Amino acid sequence: MNNESSTTATLRGNAGVAEVLGRSYAAGFVTDIEMTGLPPGLSEETVRQISAIKQEPAWMTEWRLGAYRHWLTMPKPDWAKLNIEPIDYQAISYYAAPKAGPKSLAEVDPALLETYEKLGIPLHERAALAGVAVDAVFDSVSVGTTFRKQLAEAGVLFCSMSEAIREYPELVRKYLGSVVPTGDNFFAALNSAVFSDGSFVFIPKGVRCPMELSTYFRINAQNTGQFERTLIVAEEGSHVSYLEGCTAPKRDENQLHAAVVELVALEKAQIKYSTVQNWYPGDENGVGGIYNFVTKRGDCRGDDSKISWTQVETGSAITWKYPSVVLRGDRSVGEFYSVALTHHFQQADTGTKMIHLGKHTKSKIVAKGISAGRSSNSYRGLVKMEKGADGARNYTQCDSLLIGKKCGAHTFPYMEVKNPTAIVEHEATTSKISDDQMFYCRSRGISEEDAVSMIVDGFCKQVFRELPMEFAVEAKKLLEVSLEGAVG
Amino acid sequence: MNMLKIENLHARVEGREILKGLSLSVNAGEVHAIMGPNGAGKSTLGNVLSGRDGYEVTAGSVTYNGIDLLALEPEARAAAGVFLAFQYPVEIPGVNNTYFLRAAFNAQRKARGEKELDSMQFLKLVREKLKVMQISDELLHRAVNEGFSGGEKKRNEIFQMAVLEPQLAILDETDSGLDIDALKHVADGVNALRSPDRAFLMITHYQRLLDYVVPDFVHVLADGRIVESGDKSLALKLEEHGYAGLGEGAPA
Repeated sequence: MNNESSTTATLRGNAGVAEVLGRSYAAGFVTDIEMTGLPPGLSEETVRQISAIKQEPAWMTEWRLGAYRHWLTMPKPDWAKLNIEPIDYQAISYYAAPKAGPKSLAEVDPALLETYEKLGIPLHERAALAGVAVDAVFDSVSVGTTFRKQLAEAGVLFCSMSEAIREYPELVRKYLGSVVPTGDNFFAALNSAVFSDGSFVFIPKGVRCPMELSTYFRINAQNTGQFERTLIVAEEGSHVSYLEGCTAPKRDENQLHAAVVELVALEKAQIKYSTVQNWYPGDENGVGGIYNFVTKRGDCRGDDSKISWTQVETGSAITWKYPSVVLRGDRSVGEFYSVALTHHFQQADTGTKMIHLGKHTKSKIVAKGISAGRSSNSYRGLVKMEKGADGARNYTQCDSLLIGKKCGAHTFPYMEVKNPTAIVEHEATTSKISDDQMFYCRSRGISEEDAVSMIVDGFCKQVFRELPMEFAVEAKKLLEVSLEGAVG
Repeated sequence: MNMLKIENLHARVEGREILKGLSLSVNAGEVHAIMGPNGAGKSTLGNVLSGRDGYEVTAGSVTYNGIDLLALEPEARAAAGVFLAFQYPVEIPGVNNTYFLRAAFNAQRKARGEKELDSMQFLKLVREKLKVMQISDELLHRAVNEGFSGGEKKRNEIFQMAVLEPQLAILDETDSGLDIDALKHVADGVNALRSPDRAFLMITHYQRLLDYVVPDFVHVLADGRIVESGDKSLALKLEEHGYAGLGEGAPA
C-alpha cells in the first residue's frame, strides 16, 4: 500500500486539544473507519511484515530484526513506584492503518478529517493563521503533512519516518538509533523492532526553521499499540522548535504507547522540543487508560549546542518517561521543564537525565508535580557529571503540589559526580493548596474550581513560560479540565 | 432598612463558643469601629460574616440588604458586595496580582449578571484606582502578596477593595503591624472610599487607626458580645482606661 503523504495545507494555528475537551474526556470518541492491519501477535514474521508493508530497504528490515532479537533477551523492567499489570505482548496488534491509503488531503477519509477537527487541527482549513506545520499521525500512517513546500524552500526536511526511510536513507541510516540504540532499554528495543511511523526533521546547517513544527499523535484502533519513532537532526548553527501534542480515545482496555524520540544537535545548534500530552488517563475508578512508556533523548553532539525539553503531562494511566540530554559538546546546554499532573488513579514516574560529558556544560531542571485524587506522582532524575566535565553545572528544582489527602508525591534525585570541579544543586519543595489560599480567593468572589486552577497555574508559571504561546494557553486549559472535581 | 443587621449571633470555632449573642446594626454610609481585647471574638466576627469554613453559627441571624447572609457561599457574599480585608493577607505564588484581581472582579460581575471587562478596560480601571490609592504600578506586576512587606500587603488589600468597590467592607486589624507612615497611607485609602452607599466595619485592637479614619460609632466587643457602644470619644476613653472594667463580663 502507499503511505505517501505529500500534501500541503494551511493550518489554523495550534488552537487546541484542550479547547475542544468537554467537561469529561471529550477526545474520547472513536472514529469509525475500516482498518487494515496485522492480527495481534509478535514474531520475526510480524517484524518482517511491518517492514514489507512500509516498503523498506533490506538494511532497515535487518535493523528491526536485530532489535527484535535483542528485545527477546531483555528482562521486563520493574519499577518500584509503578504498579503495572503484566502486559501481554502477543495480544497487541503491531500495525494498524486506515484502509484507504491517502495520496493527498483530498483523498483523506472524511471521517478521519473529522477526527482531527474534534482535536482542533482542521488539516483542510486553509485560512492562514499558519506558522505551524503539522505532520499528523493517525495510528500508524501519516495522513497529511503540511507546509512541506515552504519548509523545503528553507532546506528543512519534515516528513513521516516511513517516507524518510525511503527518500533520505543515508540521513536516516546515519542518525537513527545513534542517540537511543536499539538495545537501550526494553521498550526502546520493542519500538525499534515494530515502529510503524513517526516524524523526521532535518534542519540543515545555519538554517533557522521558519515555523514551529508540530505533530499530533493519535491512537485510534482498539488493542493497537502505537510505536512512533521521531528523529530530529539540527545541523551546525541551526534552530528548530518542535511541538508534540497527543490524545487518545476513551477505552476500557489499557493501551500501550512506547515511543522513541531522538534529537541530535550539532555545533551551535538549538532544539526546543515541547510536549502537551493528555493520553486517556483512565476513569475515576482507575479503569482503562494508556500505558505511556517513552524514551526521549537528546544528544548535544556539538560544542555550544542546546537542547531544551518542555512538557506538560496530564494524561496516561501510567507514565514512564525521562526526556534526557547527553551533554557531549563543550559548553553545551540541556534544559528540562516539566509539569506532570496526576488525578484519580494515575501513576506517573517521570523526570530527566542530564549526562554531562563535555567541559563547562550546563543543565537546568525545573520539575513541577501536581497530584490530586488517589494518584501517585514521582520525580526521578539523574544528574551525572563524568570525568571530563570540568566546570559543569546543574541546577535542579523539584516542586510538588498536593491537592487533597489521598495522593502522593515522591522525589528521587540521583547524582553521580566524577569531576571535582562540577557543581550540582538541588532544591525541592512540597506544598499543598492551603485552606487560607482557597478562602482568600473565594472571599474575593472566585469559585473553588477557578481558585484551584489559578493556584495551579501560578505553581506552573515557570514551566508555562517556556512553552510557545498557543501551547501555553492550551496547557493551562488542559490542567483546568484535568483538575475538574479535584476539590470539594 | 439596615444594610447589615446582626441579631443574637452565636458562633463556635473548634467546638468552643466565641460569639455569644452579638447584635449590631449598620447603615449605608456609616463607619463602625469594633474594638476589644484579644480573644474577644473580633476576628471571628469578620470570618463569620465573610463565610470562612470552620466557623459554626449555632444561633442568631445576619441579614444583609434584606437577605440571609449566612446562607450564601463566600464567593456569593463577595458578589453581593461584602469584602473582608484580611488581617494576614495570603500569598499566592506565581499568580499575577492584576490577573488575580481581574478574575475576582469579573467573577463578581458575572455573578451579578453584569458585563465582564476585557484586559484593556480593566487595566484602565486599575490605573485610575492606583492614582487614587497612591500605590506604585510595580505592585501590579508582582505575584499576589508574594514577598510583600507587611505594609504592602495591607495596602494591597485596600487597593483590592478600591477596585472591587464593595458595599460592606470589613477591615480585620488592618492597622496591625504597620508603622505610622504605612498606617496613614492605609487610612488615606480607606477615607477615599468612604461614601454614602458604603459601610465600613473596622475591627481593631488599638485606637490609633481611629485618629485617621474617624468612625461614626465605636463598639466594644468583649467575651463574644457588644458590651458598650458610643461615638469616637469611647475609643479615647478606652485608650485611657484600657478594656478592663468596661461592660459586664469583660476579661481583666
